[in-house]
Amino acid sequence: MRIEDIMRKKVITASPATTIGEALLLLRANRIRHLPVVEQDQLVGLISDRDLREALPSRLLTHEDDNTVLHKPVAAIMRREVITGHPLDFIEDAAAQVYEHKIGSLPIVDGGRLVGMITETDLFSSLIELFGVNKPSSHIEVEVEDRVGVLAEVSQVFRDAQVNICSVLVYPGKNPPFKNLVFRAQTIDPRPLIQMLTEKGFTVVWPTEGGTLL
Amino acid sequence: MSRNSRLIYSPDYTHYYFHDEHPFNQRRLLLTHDLMSMYGLLSASDIIPPRPATDEELALVHDPRYIQFVREQGHSEVELPLAASYGLATEDVPCFANMHESASLIAGGTLHAVEAVMSGEAEHAFNPAGGLHHAFRGRASGFCIYNDCSVAIAYLRKKWNARVLYIDTDAHHGDGVQWAFYDDPQVLTVSFHETGKYLFPGTGNLTERGDGSGYGYSVNVPLDAFTEDDSFLHLYQELVPKLARGFKPDVILTQNGCDAHAYDPLTHLSCSTKIYQAIPRLAHQLAHELCDGRWIAVGGGGYDIWRVVPRAWTLLWSEMTDQPMTDGPLPQAWLERWQPHSELVLPKRLLDEPFPAIPRRAEITQKNRLTLERAMLNAPIQAD
Repeated sequence: MRIEDIMRKKVITASPATTIGEALLLLRANRIRHLPVVEQDQLVGLISDRDLREALPSRLLTHEDDNTVLHKPVAAIMRREVITGHPLDFIEDAAAQVYEHKIGSLPIVDGGRLVGMITETDLFSSLIELFGVNKPSSHIEVEVEDRVGVLAEVSQVFRDAQVNICSVLVYPGKNPPFKNLVFRAQTIDPRPLIQMLTEKGFTVVWPTEGGTLL
Repeated sequence: MSRNSRLIYSPDYTHYYFHDEHPFNQRRLLLTHDLMSMYGLLSASDIIPPRPATDEELALVHDPRYIQFVREQGHSEVELPLAASYGLATEDVPCFANMHESASLIAGGTLHAVEAVMSGEAEHAFNPAGGLHHAFRGRASGFCIYNDCSVAIAYLRKKWNARVLYIDTDAHHGDGVQWAFYDDPQVLTVSFHETGKYLFPGTGNLTERGDGSGYGYSVNVPLDAFTEDDSFLHLYQELVPKLARGFKPDVILTQNGCDAHAYDPLTHLSCSTKIYQAIPRLAHQLAHELCDGRWIAVGGGGYDIWRVVPRAWTLLWSEMTDQPMTDGPLPQAWLERWQPHSELVLPKRLLDEPFPAIPRRAEITQKNRLTLERAMLNAPIQAD
């Protein structure tokens, strides 16, 4: 999955001359936390809600000249060294960037031009979609040896059982030489499939943690 | 004694038949009808035969192209090219002859139940063939072709502008009904089901609460696998009255799938026949308290057709018709008639002996309590 498929393409931006007051209103009105600063389509900086709050005086103090802060341009406080992503990056690259640098958003830049924005919320929602249920289906988990061709052998059984697969995930197993294959299978009755998998010698992980099946 | 209830029933319901190996088998209705008769719970005037739903009625929910396709496929000798894109010709929903006619008879049966109740002819009505809650607007799913529950709710909305409380206690999430009314604040859908972690359809998470003005009007209670009677009933009895009194429906529609039973081969809940006496009892009380008695019940899942379904739905009918039953041996004549057909040994009594306790009962009970608390958030609850 590429960033260009999940990024927000309509981005709320500021210019270097935008005032801190205007920037605050933009964040509040659009319920966002990051504002890329753009000059002639080129990304020149980034402001976060935290940057803005740091720039404001404490609300516990009263100073007559406080209002002057609101009229200063964002260029005075914006971060100029911005960590960015590229539209052709994969979603996992963007997630790694956000995680490693402990940042909340990633402006997506193509040749210096701002083309989109990804936030941690967008990344989370894409991951939820990947892990989640987008079609009515049953969860089938198979513990397998970590060796060539094992996924093909297991999916051959799905084919033989005439069961369509909606998604596959490969998890590292609890025991090192094993991996867990998690399928979402488009059937309400996985019994024939499970029986065929068992007959082929595969271990199907089933909800047995509560007790034994009656 | 009030006998102001109707059973919508005909042996023709068994024409909704996929094939001999298929787990969904309406033969269970013959066994159930027979058990009700032998208990003396049925009189001829209680029973009305179903009528087919019209295309126009089905189209209250379903895509006309889908209806047309189901009809054509049911009249075709070969599998039509688009079948798979409509969810048909799958392992779950194989094609069979006259599938439109038999599926629309089931949907029409539920509409007939609605009409009997809304016209005042009866206070309550039960269509045991209904409850096909997985079907979508343009797609068959999970053994279901036409979603009689959704069609009935849409009919109640359109013809009577009624506020509908839908309570689904099938072990599988009532996804088709939930999504059909996900943004409608006049329809409160409540589904108790085994968590979708393993089980089909995988949805029915606590966080599915409705959308737009319908936010809060979808309530989901995903139960841990191996949940037993007491925990199931605790959640049901805590939540449903609060929701019903908060929502103030005009009519209650219950989907009474009985696959949460420990014997059911498709699911992993560990309940007994006890819940199939208690579930309709509360729905019945609430219908009288809030809806002048208007209560429509439909069947649903139930894949142990020998040991579970006949007893569960006989208990429902006894509750609906105020003919209370206590535990005792099943009628000998019924056992003698059906035991030769069943590979499983039929139960001897109406209610199950307690099953051995599930080892992690305390943990499961605790987990379900947390689920209940979270299910109530944002729901239209009225405090006691």
